[in-house]
Amino acid sequence: MKRRALFGGAAAVGAAAVGGAVLGSAAAPADAPRPHGTDTVPFHGRHQAGIATDAQAHQSLLAFDLVRGVDAEAVGRLLTLLTDDAERLTAGRAPLADIEPEMAAVPARLTVTFGFGPRLVRIVAGPTAVPAWLRPLPPYPTIDRLEERWNGGDLLVQVAAEDPTTVAHAVRMMVRDARAFATLRWRQDGFRHAAGTHRPGTTMRNLFGQIDGSANAVPGTEEFDRVVWRDGPEEWLVGGTTMVVRRIAMDLDTWDEVGRTAREFSVGRRLSDGAPLTGGTETDDVDLDAVDERGFTVIGPAAHVRRARTDDPTQRIFRRAYNYDGVDGTGLVFTAFQADLEHQYLPMQARLAELDALNAWTTPIGSAVFAIPGGIAPGEHVGQALFG
Amino acid sequence: MIGPLAYPTGMFSRVITLLFAALLVLSGCGDGAGDDSGQSAGIAAADVWVKATDEDMSAVFAVISNSADTDATVVGVATDLTDSAELHETADGTMRPVESFTVPAGESLILEPGGNHLMLMDLTEPIEPGQEVTLTLEFEDGTTFDLAATAKDFAGGAEDYDDHAGHDGHDHEDHEDH
Repeated sequence: MKRRALFGGAAAVGAAAVGGAVLGSAAAPADAPRPHGTDTVPFHGRHQAGIATDAQAHQSLLAFDLVRGVDAEAVGRLLTLLTDDAERLTAGRAPLADIEPEMAAVPARLTVTFGFGPRLVRIVAGPTAVPAWLRPLPPYPTIDRLEERWNGGDLLVQVAAEDPTTVAHAVRMMVRDARAFATLRWRQDGFRHAAGTHRPGTTMRNLFGQIDGSANAVPGTEEFDRVVWRDGPEEWLVGGTTMVVRRIAMDLDTWDEVGRTAREFSVGRRLSDGAPLTGGTETDDVDLDAVDERGFTVIGPAAHVRRARTDDPTQRIFRRAYNYDGVDGTGLVFTAFQADLEHQYLPMQARLAELDALNAWTTPIGSAVFAIPGGIAPGEHVGQALFG
Repeated sequence: MIGPLAYPTGMFSRVITLLFAALLVLSGCGDGAGDDSGQSAGIAAADVWVKATDEDMSAVFAVISNSADTDATVVGVATDLTDSAELHETADGTMRPVESFTVPAGESLILEPGGNHLMLMDLTEPIEPGQEVTLTLEFEDGTTFDLAATAKDFAGGAEDYDDHAGHDGHDHEDHEDH
């Protein structure tokens, strides 16, 4: 392993917060792969970044609660600070007042995405401004074992990048600048396959070993735009979307007791490549009517794909999950984006709560819903249209 | 960026030449506006921020660049927040007022914690995090340059801009008697 002078000249970046993406090239051998740490994802646009963005390897979700006394004016100042931090960090520049600008020099496709909970919207624009769907999901008593420490939140910040150090630093900047306004309610860290280990566009595996996220709409397609982005009616949600966060604990001990055939049957897809048990490849549609030689459906009545799937193309959702694994257990930080939460998400969740073979090994322990405002223009802060 | 909407004059087209131009990636727009001629005409500002405080002192930091081919000399700073704003340097661990700052032709003046800064004293109201504070730099030829500073929570790496005599061992925040 050759050392590369990635930070050649970084010492010169002592200037107050004028960090730069500094690439040294002199020491790199000609045949070394190009480091991708300086790759960036544009922050500004019609939509917030971090949703249509090909999922980065590492993510932290932060949910803040506004402290008592924070009013609309203060929320505006908070969002001004966090937007400015995000704009700078995603471009590889140091936030204002960061005396370690070197920590921002490797953005590694960093995205920072903001979402609003109902209380924030109410504080800023009054109770009538809160959309009816912006509230906790209905209870699903057959499956839910929700813990308050993973539920809800006034302000969601999704920080994702290919480099965990970059994520940690960006999280720190957000927490630091939110401190005067809010407390951190929960933080959910997650990971997917590391950058460069799989072909781009490969669906990730979860910690049950399943290919997780098949049949997702593909960003950049008309279908994706229809599934995810809102046209309003609220001005602040034009180009925005809705976000569901579910923390789903996975019981690896009981999963261990299940044989490979039963594991595949529980989902309806092959473990090897995610293809439907009815054949084809991962991207092929599942044949729910196919029967085996004994006359039973190949895809069982409780198979996850059967229960999650919808024939109605207007009811699809876009999943962007991350694995978690640590002292808090093992599971999935499940996130779903959809233009219309009530029409697209709730029917699917109700079907899964009613019957899904995977429920034997999975337990929802946290749940939150956020409104994701539309994209941010230069000079604006996120959600600016919500402010009168 | 914070600020430029309030100061829409021709910052975007100015060529900014910085001391470390080869190393630094600038945001492409600045946090201020100056006169069309005179010393402030070649001035641009980036990364302008002020330390949020609920006490009566604070400090402002920025990178002030000068694209002109003659030096510019800052001789004062004014703000609506206080009548008592000064140019300060930090030398031998002590902050003290100076008569002027020079922004050399084609180079930058860096105002940063632990170094040169703009000192605000006798503040009568808190500076809240995220608040925009406006200031005016005054040059020796009478031209001016307006700055828009964003207030940031800043613990300060033990620099103490709340206390004018902050390095005397009685830092009220961190060194209560134990």
